[in-house]
Amino acid sequence: MENTEKRNEEYLLYVERETPKTGWFNSLLHAFLVGGMICCLGQMFGDIIKAYNPTMDMLRVSAWISIIIITITILLTAFGVFDRIAKFGGAGTFIPISGFANSIASCAIEFKNEGLVFGIGSKMFFVAGPVIVNGVAYSIIVGLVYSLILLF
Amino acid sequence: MVLGILMYLKVFFVGGLICMIAELIQIKTKITPARILVIFLMVGAILGGFGLYNYLIEWAGAGASLPITGFGNALARGAVEGAKTNGLFGAIGGGLMATSAGIAVSIGLSYIVSFFVSSKTKKN
Repeated sequence: MENTEKRNEEYLLYVERETPKTGWFNSLLHAFLVGGMICCLGQMFGDIIKAYNPTMDMLRVSAWISIIIITITILLTAFGVFDRIAKFGGAGTFIPISGFANSIASCAIEFKNEGLVFGIGSKMFFVAGPVIVNGVAYSIIVGLVYSLILLF
Repeated sequence: MVLGILMYLKVFFVGGLICMIAELIQIKTKITPARILVIFLMVGAILGGFGLYNYLIEWAGAGASLPITGFGNALARGAVEGAKTNGLFGAIGGGLMATSAGIAVSIGLSYIVSFFVSSKTKKN
């Protein structure tokens, strides 16, 4: 018993020692670069859309940017390329809307063997579900509070 | 032309900075990505509710609107705009209306894609 504990402790130390120290500075840099690049890509699509439709309002343009980035992300996920980018970029890939799209697509692909209803249908929202549920809840709270303010 | 390049620098800086803060939180506290997403979403929704996040979007464009904080902001702004134009109905449904296209594309396309692609680890 004592032996096992000692071994576990040693193993943890060993893991700590052997884990490659890419260092947090590098991963911060990667997140910054990849996140910034995805946002720049989105801005570029926005500029293209605005060049063709100068009358389109800002909200519609940013919705279109999201749609384009989501589409690209899901296609990259399907081809298995996105995992490699995500491994490099860390938070730089999951904080932009691409992370939301990737979580839905990869969970759908991962759990398709469990069937249409409980596989794809429910596991699809394994990560995205909390985001949507919390987001909708906050938006309703904001809306109701704003309605109350409008009343007075 | 110079203005255009400056805009892209701002987009890169703000978008990168938001992602970098998330990465820092993940490294220092070992919080799972899903929780970080929800925390950032909440921050965006709060800032959006007070109308502050729109200033950031005006300044940095997609650098502010593409990260998940921008998603939270869109939900909150949708509810506020809905409350202004459609009363209580808009206050409840406005958030989802503003973000509906993005969510619908994510779900629909993922559904289609999952029929054609199988995961490498789980093959029948």
